[in-house]
Amino acid sequence: MRRDLLNSLIAVVVLTVALGLAYPLAITGIAQLVFPGKANGSKVSLGGRTVGSSLIGQDFEGKPAYFQSRPSATEYAADATFFSNVGPDSVEGREEVRGNLAAYLKLNKPYDKSLRKAQVPVDAVTNSASGVDPHISEANARIQAHRVAAVRGLPPAKVNELISAHTDGRSLGVLGEPGVDVLQLNIALEEEAPLRARGKARRAPFATEKERPQR
Amino acid sequence: MAQGWLQIGIFIAVLVALTKPAGVYMARVFTNQRVFLTPVLGPIERSACRALRVRPEQEGQDWKAYARSLVVFSLLFWVALYLILRTQGIQPFNPQGFHSGPWDLSFNTSSSFVTNTNWQYYGGETTLTYFAQMAGLAVQNFVSAAVGIAVVVALIRGIVARSGREIGNFWGDLIRILLYVLLPISIIGALFLVSQGVIQNLGHYAAIHTLAGGTQTLAGGPVASQEAIKELGTNGGGFFNVNSAMPFENPNGLTNFVEMLLILVIPAGLTYTYGRMVGSQRQGWAIFSAMFVLFVGGVVVVYLAEQHGTPAQHLAGLHTHAFDGSPGGNMEGKEQRFGIAGSSLWTAVTTVTSCGAVNAAFESLTGLGGAVPFVNLSFSEVVFGGVGAGLYTMLLYVLLAVFIGGLMVGRTPEYLGKKIQAREIKLVSLGVLFTPLVVLLSSGVASATTLGKRSLYAGVNPQGFSETLYAYLSQANNNGSAWAGYTGFVQPHAPGNVGSYGISFADLLGGFVLIGARFVPILFVLAVAGALADKKVSPAGLGTMRTDNPTFVFLLVGVVVLVGALTFFSAILLGPVTQSLTTRLF
Repeated sequence: MRRDLLNSLIAVVVLTVALGLAYPLAITGIAQLVFPGKANGSKVSLGGRTVGSSLIGQDFEGKPAYFQSRPSATEYAADATFFSNVGPDSVEGREEVRGNLAAYLKLNKPYDKSLRKAQVPVDAVTNSASGVDPHISEANARIQAHRVAAVRGLPPAKVNELISAHTDGRSLGVLGEPGVDVLQLNIALEEEAPLRARGKARRAPFATEKERPQR
Repeated sequence: MAQGWLQIGIFIAVLVALTKPAGVYMARVFTNQRVFLTPVLGPIERSACRALRVRPEQEGQDWKAYARSLVVFSLLFWVALYLILRTQGIQPFNPQGFHSGPWDLSFNTSSSFVTNTNWQYYGGETTLTYFAQMAGLAVQNFVSAAVGIAVVVALIRGIVARSGREIGNFWGDLIRILLYVLLPISIIGALFLVSQGVIQNLGHYAAIHTLAGGTQTLAGGPVASQEAIKELGTNGGGFFNVNSAMPFENPNGLTNFVEMLLILVIPAGLTYTYGRMVGSQRQGWAIFSAMFVLFVGGVVVVYLAEQHGTPAQHLAGLHTHAFDGSPGGNMEGKEQRFGIAGSSLWTAVTTVTSCGAVNAAFESLTGLGGAVPFVNLSFSEVVFGGVGAGLYTMLLYVLLAVFIGGLMVGRTPEYLGKKIQAREIKLVSLGVLFTPLVVLLSSGVASATTLGKRSLYAGVNPQGFSETLYAYLSQANNNGSAWAGYTGFVQPHAPGNVGSYGISFADLLGGFVLIGARFVPILFVLAVAGALADKKVSPAGLGTMRTDNPTFVFLLVGVVVLVGALTFFSAILLGPVTQSLTTRLF
């Protein structure tokens, strides 16, 4: 018994130092040397200013000149994540999807008259798991392309070209699901046709409070 | 869906292909043979043995001594972890200036990590210092996994022992498992994950002005080093609250695939290790086959169910079918980059093993899809299961199946030449039934009294019952996944622990469930190992029931399903089954 206690005490100290400090700090050291960008959050910038992480979705709600991210239960917090925990048969869940659907149609239908409820992709009106899903489905992006092109005064073909350029395919061509990286796409749009440079468009991206999707 | 089935098929093929090499390697490690890492790690192993003053090969322990070392070791680590969680304010690597968590929550968390469960009432990035994550939780991820593997190795030694009482040396097993199995794979895994975008830093959270003119704070932390062992040790406690759904933990389809493989490689490989150590590969494959059948069944059901969408979505007028450019299905609580297939497969992988890491919200699963985690946990985590824990629990079921088979043909049951008698069957039955009993009692108390009500998110309805039942099912089976609405922690000013408090009932009941359902079965398993070690081997005769053919696999699957169904069927009826049979909303 005394032997067990003593051994355990030694083991607690040695293992805490070896596995709890040496291992993670060594990995941190190597990571910072070899993959500094990725180890520090894959940050992306526009015109020299860091505007986010390529892996983390952002809020573009109420700004129709930008592609919209998936709905988020956390208001896109990347430092306090939680699940929506909306159940499969909850009244709350029905109301939330109903509201999101209406808001999505209201936002996009003026620019795409043929848009029907049945064409709205599921990802566009359901909460992501992380609350910061960086991707939307390709169908979702193609629908939004009508609006973004019109608001920014860009040819639709150009916007669709940018969507294709910022679609992350499946890993190794087979694993996972393709998705359009919303932040990277919006950055590319800014580089292509900056909002701030054109006085007329300045007001356009900021919708009135009434137009914000009700959540 | 064809693309989804293809992904699932590739995963299963790779898993089967890895089972043999992983199993051979581990068998060599457990039997003190040379492996390719010996030249590098041998000196470290020898100095570790010197530090603990053990000579593993000369100092075999009987089952009682083995159990005593294991219990004292785990107890001391529990104390160390509790102290770390309670002294956060004075720790280094605390750029966010977090204070300590409440006592009852810390009790639950310590119990959770020492038992390889990683049930989390707290959210990592809003409550824990980097020091507590690294030196507290990540260490436990290694150590509790090693303890589970050590127990199964001891049991196998008991089964194959020719005479005598010794089942190995706990300290020697611990050192070799950590050094040769868990650490090297974790190092490679962590570096791979960083290369894909999983973060690994010690910096302050970064406040960012977003593209659209808002603000966003990007969390930091030593995530990759923790992520690798979290999956490999089937621990499952995420660095972030949303676990492997967070892009910083699981950034793309490839990392999702690799993390799932890390979860299953040891539990699957151990079946091959088992075959090798008992001297008959067919015995190992028989157990593998029984696990495999139950695993694949679960994957198919959850994928079909999730692709269908939910009643709430359909009643809202949403069309959940797939079409060009949209995978369709129930995307609530799922990530686009994993899709329905990657989320469904993960859901099955993490609940057949006792990992419990999630990449999608369980509470948002469809009724039928959500029934799969329930059923997997009802099988007491024997379908691959936790590292070590899965196989040792499955071996109890094997002995039970041998016994039942023996009764059917009217002979004294034998397993690998050893007679299974009253003493062993009593120990086996207690070991098999203890965990389900704990689940039913604790979830019964939580549902029938008002004490559990404060923890509910969905309210008093089938979903709320599912939350409660799953909470205790998950903690007792040391899984750690959750219907995450259920809570034992209130944090009014997130992030940070200022003003936060635990819900004592849920924290304490959960903590005792965790510890009881981990260590009591371990004691029974070690006792079985001791009892078997002492038995003489009699040669197999014509009348001996074979345990390496399809008939036995069928019998074994039947016993597992029957015990699980008889224990939990009525309880599961009230939750997910009710939800999947009706389109009514609650």
